[in-house]
Amino acid sequence: MNNSDKIKRSGPVLFSEYEKGSSVKKALEMEREEILFEIKDSGLKGRGGAGFPVSTKWMLTAAANAEQKFIVCNADEGEPGTFKDRVLLMEYPWLVFEGMIIAGYTVGAKNGIVYLRAEYSYLLEFLEDYIDDLRKENLLGKNICGRDFEFDINIILGAGAYVCGEETALIESLEGHRGEPRNRPPFPVNTGYLGFPTSVNNVETLSSVPHIIMKGSDWYNKFGTEKSSGSKLISVSGDCNYPGVYEVSWGTTLNEIIELTGAENTKAMQIGGASGVCLPASEFHRTLAYEDIATGGSIMIFNKDRSMLEVLKNFMEFFVEESCGQCTPCRIGNVKLLEGVEMIEKKDYTPEYIDKLKDLGKTMQIASKCGLGQTSPNPFISILENFKDEIFSKN
Amino acid sequence: MCETGKLLRNEFIGELVKKMGNERKSLLPILQEIQKKYHYIDEHSQQVVADLLNIHPVEVNSVISFYAFLYDAPRGRNIVRVCKNIVCEFHGSKGIAKALSDELGIEFDQTTEDGRVTLEYANCFGMCDKSPSILINDKIHEKVSKETALKLIRELK
Amino acid sequence: MEKELRSPVAQRPMNVEDPVSKTGIGAQISVELNGVKLKVDMGKSILDVCRDNNVYIPTLCYHEDLCIAGNCRMCMVEVEGMRTLQAACAFPITSPIKIKTFSDKVRKARKHTADLLLSEHYGECYSCVRNNNCELQTIARECGVDSYEFGHVCEPRFEIDSSSHAVIRDMDKCILCRRCVRTCIDLQEVGVLEAINRGYDTKISTFMDKPLADVICINCGQCINRCPTGALHANDPSDEIWKAIEDPTKHVVMQTAPSPRAAIGEEFGLPAGTSMTGQLNTAIKRMGFDMVFDTNFTADLTIMEEGTELLNRLKKALVDKDENVKLPQFTSCSPGWVKFIEHFYPEKLDYLSTAKSPQQMFGAVIKTFYAKEAGIDPKDIVTVALMPCAAKKFECNRPEMNSSGYKDVDYGLTTREMAKMIREAGLKLPDLPKTNFDEPFGDASGAGLIFGATGGVMEAALRTVYELVTGRPVPFEGLNIDVCRGMKGIKEAKVKLENCKDEFSYLEGVELKFIVAHGTANANHVMKMLIKGELEGYHFVEIMACPGGCIGGGGQPIPTSELIRKLRAKAIYAEESTMPVRKSHENPRIKFIYNNFLTDGPGGKLSHELLHTEYVKRGKYIE
Repeated sequence: MNNSDKIKRSGPVLFSEYEKGSSVKKALEMEREEILFEIKDSGLKGRGGAGFPVSTKWMLTAAANAEQKFIVCNADEGEPGTFKDRVLLMEYPWLVFEGMIIAGYTVGAKNGIVYLRAEYSYLLEFLEDYIDDLRKENLLGKNICGRDFEFDINIILGAGAYVCGEETALIESLEGHRGEPRNRPPFPVNTGYLGFPTSVNNVETLSSVPHIIMKGSDWYNKFGTEKSSGSKLISVSGDCNYPGVYEVSWGTTLNEIIELTGAENTKAMQIGGASGVCLPASEFHRTLAYEDIATGGSIMIFNKDRSMLEVLKNFMEFFVEESCGQCTPCRIGNVKLLEGVEMIEKKDYTPEYIDKLKDLGKTMQIASKCGLGQTSPNPFISILENFKDEIFSKN
Repeated sequence: MCETGKLLRNEFIGELVKKMGNERKSLLPILQEIQKKYHYIDEHSQQVVADLLNIHPVEVNSVISFYAFLYDAPRGRNIVRVCKNIVCEFHGSKGIAKALSDELGIEFDQTTEDGRVTLEYANCFGMCDKSPSILINDKIHEKVSKETALKLIRELK
Repeated sequence: MEKELRSPVAQRPMNVEDPVSKTGIGAQISVELNGVKLKVDMGKSILDVCRDNNVYIPTLCYHEDLCIAGNCRMCMVEVEGMRTLQAACAFPITSPIKIKTFSDKVRKARKHTADLLLSEHYGECYSCVRNNNCELQTIARECGVDSYEFGHVCEPRFEIDSSSHAVIRDMDKCILCRRCVRTCIDLQEVGVLEAINRGYDTKISTFMDKPLADVICINCGQCINRCPTGALHANDPSDEIWKAIEDPTKHVVMQTAPSPRAAIGEEFGLPAGTSMTGQLNTAIKRMGFDMVFDTNFTADLTIMEEGTELLNRLKKALVDKDENVKLPQFTSCSPGWVKFIEHFYPEKLDYLSTAKSPQQMFGAVIKTFYAKEAGIDPKDIVTVALMPCAAKKFECNRPEMNSSGYKDVDYGLTTREMAKMIREAGLKLPDLPKTNFDEPFGDASGAGLIFGATGGVMEAALRTVYELVTGRPVPFEGLNIDVCRGMKGIKEAKVKLENCKDEFSYLEGVELKFIVAHGTANANHVMKMLIKGELEGYHFVEIMACPGGCIGGGGQPIPTSELIRKLRAKAIYAEESTMPVRKSHENPRIKFIYNNFLTDGPGGKLSHELLHTEYVKRGKYIE
């Protein structure tokens, strides 16, 4: 870890004051329903990008009738431009693990699994040592904090596949299969890991839980907007002076982020990573919020000198490589979109064909099997639309 | 592969399976351990794993080929991965890639003749705030320049 | 004992508990399908509901024999209130929904998907083995494809793998529906094929991309039957057969198995289960084959040999108390099954009957006995076997299958290839008159005929063994041993031997216990039972590699489904019930051959030379 990581971070929720271990002790004193209601009242939604209400996921898992249940922490942070989970795992591991323990207690799971992306394998030893410490402190293992509750966590390393960030692909990978998304329904809360009810939650989502338990949903609701409570970690990179992870309240505008990170001459902001949308300066007044721009938190800033066609090509190459190849629209569709970008690059295209490809992109958004194929046309559609003057005027 | 090589692998994989269990869910961790030791998962080892886990060899091969970090063909002792994300690209990763390629005399996805280094591209490492970055084996190197990158690979054994 | 189809968690249906009452609250759900209000059973898929209500949904990766994949995305429908389209095959109905199956969105998405598949599908329809029977072609028509919207590949990307005697893989035609993968891994538990790589580089491959001939393929050809396109097809020897027919120095002899006759009509537009025995004989003779014989004759011969072998084993076990004798005895007439056990259970090969399959027995008899009787030099005889089977192509090429001094069977021809040759000859099979088989192997018993369906060998063997031992016919009404019949994966039953003839007194009171299994997944299950010692006390096991037995063979007309297989089996049983001779040992031709050629009787020295074989301990490791 270098020095910049050791700076004490501050932020409204995740980076606020917190005493290690306190939330587990408090949660174990509570009834499971109480926790569910607290989480429900907080309005906490999945922070990986999809924004599914956490309380619903937990309630369905809790309600499922099964011998075993699992809590899976999705630490397969693969979206280009995002690194907030890395920061949480490195600097706030207790939040992640305590979130998992509370989730386990709430839904009735005895096992927690962290699916850590292969690119973060250098964190493995550190995290395993940390889990060992938790066992010694009786926050993991049998009779946690003297209560009749048993929970343990182990870490499984991914092997380099972006699609495994999709929860059912992640479960497939955990089971020793190719990381190919499953049909939904059944959802993991019903038929998940090894066929058992499983709640898959993002690192940041789980990290929010200890704070909500300690400080209450009313406190949590003070942050954010009416429809998007709490805060969001954003990973800012690209053309700015201070790239890094920031905790901001929902409702923060893109302009505020530009100011916060010292970006200059900003032409475009890619929100939500490669699968997100690319916005021009005229949209910088918009806000990060589930009701406006929902995002997993990746923000890439591009200044006036950058070629947006180059950006688009990079993203489409990414999707061609990372598509699992299972369903037709995503496997072949992304290749067609990339070919379209290359045609524009070589100035060998007809506007009609590009329009046809945009139409194909819209089909991919509704016809692909999982979120990867459903979002991969986003940059194609948004960059060609929002930067058409730049991209097509040269041709 | 010679018979001794096979026997060594049989024994090694047998121990792994004993430790990690013979269920399908142990497949990825077992493959990762084999690769840690032998740098790739050879044909024989794949079949031994399949046999012990009671699955088919082609399923093992299928899983290996799916994941970017698992190999069924020999790789170098060291794997140097350059991040391909656009942020790293705008911060000079292409130049670094070319410098590495020139220095080692190999293209990406190739291994030096002495088996010392394999060059690879990888998608975003999650180090965009410290770009450009390269991953050498398990170790991440952030904000590298051409010079530091070259220095790093020259030090590899 | 029933074995369920193995389905990976990923493809398991949603866990919907059966309602207490089929009509009570919650058991039925209101659905609106294209504006029509319906009540459907809880948990039923949209696709099933559509099919039940005559709403057509195009599908590619869906196959009723296999678990759900939901990856081709052809069957997408619009469910009101959902942002994305849903795969009808994979969507269980658990709450009231409104479904639209041909809205603007749906039609456009389907056409786009078809366009994408076609953009990667190399080759032209008219030069494809599946022309006019290709699901992709049908989909293109149904989606209104009129041009290659997103281009079309002009160069092949892959090399055709024609290493195998049985199955040829042309991956340029593959659309990655993965039916073959699910067939090979889940339905047959052989596990030769899987998808490798990912994204655009995904392709169906063998282990380390080795030629099919070098991996542990059992040649059952079930993948071919389920391939929607021409990516998988059988290794077709018809050109060489035509050449032999044209060659005046060659005496070309055809033997036809029972199953192709019950299925070939499908190739000519007839409904499944139309028997074409007589018409087929006419076609074969008109095409220029010199002789057409009935494989059922050697099926009867197989029963004599295999039945005698079983009685010998029983005697050794019961009288000689020989501990080395292996029981139960497993049948050996399915070459896919034989290769399966050679690969997966080589240490259990002693349980396998040493009798050759009817095809190979016939080859040996034709090139010895028949050659002598007819006065033809066996080197000038070309034997062709019309089989429902892809594995028979491998079997006839086994190096050990030359007991006549020549290659016993020169070519294995599938039902599909036979149909192709008939079409090439310009014959309209359904319109042809009927003719009988040629002598001297024209008469066969019904017992030989029912070899075509799962349980048939067992039924035929029981009819003979029981009668040999007791002197009375089997105690089943009309000789129909119904417990052997039907599509249950593993069937078992028993018959008590009482009042035995003197020479079989050692069998007095013995309860003959037997098992019938079809499909190698079920075979695998039976072998696991054998290893666990659960087959103690069983005497005879019939195994057929293909689901449904030979009528569902890998060389049969496409498509296949359980219904189609049932109809074909029904045709065979119907034909059998009218036959004058229904027991192998009563076939006059069988008596004739044992009196005049195999004079030391079933299991005798000459029989062993010509009609029995040895197996290869192959194991499952690939070098």
